[in-house]
Amino acid sequence: MIDWFQNLGRTSLAIFERLGCSGLFLLRVLAALPALATRPRLLIIQLYSVGVLSMMLIVISGLNVGMVLGLQGYNTLVDFGAEDSLGQVVALSLVRELGPVVAALLFAGRAGSALTAEIGLMKATEQLAGMEMMAVDPMKRVIAPRFIAAVLSMPLLATMFSAVGVLGGYFVGVGLLGVDSGAFWSQMQSKVDFYDDIVNGLVKSVVFGFVAAWIAVFEGYDAVPTTEGVSRATTRTVVHTAFAVLGLDFILTALMFGSD
Amino acid sequence: MSQHDDSALMVKIRDLRFAHGARTIFDGMDFDIPRGKITAIMGPSGTGKTTLLRLIGGQLAPLAGSVLVEGENIHGVSRDNLYRLRKRMSLLFQTGALFTDLTVFENVAFPLREHTRLPESMLRDLVLMKLQVVGLRGARDLMPAELSGGMARRVALARAIALDPAMIMYDEPFTGQDPITVGVIMQLIRMLTDTLGITSIIVSHDVHELSMISDYMYMIAGGKVVGYGTPQELGHSESGWIRQFLGGLPDGPVPFHYPAVDYAQDLLAGVTP
Repeated sequence: MIDWFQNLGRTSLAIFERLGCSGLFLLRVLAALPALATRPRLLIIQLYSVGVLSMMLIVISGLNVGMVLGLQGYNTLVDFGAEDSLGQVVALSLVRELGPVVAALLFAGRAGSALTAEIGLMKATEQLAGMEMMAVDPMKRVIAPRFIAAVLSMPLLATMFSAVGVLGGYFVGVGLLGVDSGAFWSQMQSKVDFYDDIVNGLVKSVVFGFVAAWIAVFEGYDAVPTTEGVSRATTRTVVHTAFAVLGLDFILTALMFGSD
Repeated sequence: MSQHDDSALMVKIRDLRFAHGARTIFDGMDFDIPRGKITAIMGPSGTGKTTLLRLIGGQLAPLAGSVLVEGENIHGVSRDNLYRLRKRMSLLFQTGALFTDLTVFENVAFPLREHTRLPESMLRDLVLMKLQVVGLRGARDLMPAELSGGMARRVALARAIALDPAMIMYDEPFTGQDPITVGVIMQLIRMLTDTLGITSIIVSHDVHELSMISDYMYMIAGGKVVGYGTPQELGHSESGWIRQFLGGLPDGPVPFHYPAVDYAQDLLAGVTP
């Protein structure tokens, strides 16, 4: 019994210590951000590898999710003769929930893991130490551009996910199943509120992007500099981001839509 | 140990203490690294030779003692001053630590791009000059993955001299290299020291190579300096430890056997009556 409590205490302390480390790390990253103003090229390169290269995955996934939503939504709504509301169902599901959440999970798998592996390997091959010895701050040169590129990319990717998803729903609902095109769009237009739905969804994706970027760069920087260490860190990035995104999604949803 | 006055010293270390967790690495070490000379630091594996270089570079902080680089306490200065001092020194990592996403040219150009605002044409000339020194001007467009281990170290050396440092620290420069590459690197180190007046610190356990190019040698073991002098002086040392290390003798003050109970007793202990 005593052992059990000891283990609990030790584990809790380790968790808090790691949280503290990552918090201090985040402060250092934020302090390094202003230096990027004079080096926009560093950011552009990372926006390309973190954001642009993730687009294909996001677009294909968004299209698929939208098509499935169209199909499932239609099958349920048609029983009540309410298939004209398909546009509203698809759009609200995507904009409020699926867009930000699924895009963030995909983002963690595609870009987050790559960031962690890249930074971890740079550490393992002494590239970060080498940079420091050349009087170049890796926080400013390596970490900050990757962090901010991920933070900026995530809301854009989530928006793209939702937009393509709506088109997928339209394709299945209107194109294949015969829902009226005018009804599809007008229902969507009248029931999707700009502030309550679109802005709230965007806020979610900004929060998820921040957390995903933070976890990815921290795990990379903190990785044990061995092959095994980098592999573990990459796994942790995906798992921790998934937990954080899903947990935060519930909290944010409760705050945003709970009082409705 | 104070054979040099302070102005002739590039690095001055006093009463250095450092530990990795519970394991003591340095237990009160004193070091003097004279300017414009090649100083070798030798010792068995695991004596903290690389750690010493990281302490001099300010990447690790000691538990106690001081490390003065050009008269400034590297662990007491502000971050800006630390970076200013680091521009005056280079550390050549054992792996080379080249940036794998940049070409040979861009690797050498990296410190120049970061710290200067030179026009592209001048930067190109400078990089080609540095690459010419190490004989790899023709390899400028290769990626680090396309280089042999020896070439990677030479590129790293070209990058290390890009900012014309006053001191270069070499971490095991000869390890794992073929004899020709070892000869090339030795010649480069000697040439950089003699022609540019660079202070060189070489950390290694390659006795033969170090005896040939070093001006001074330190031997460390058990967290302390156990021998110091020119290669000739150390060669005539009476110390059993130094004789064993320089001669590569398998047994001596550093025992061949890991501490154990008496051999005969140990064998008999397994016999059941």
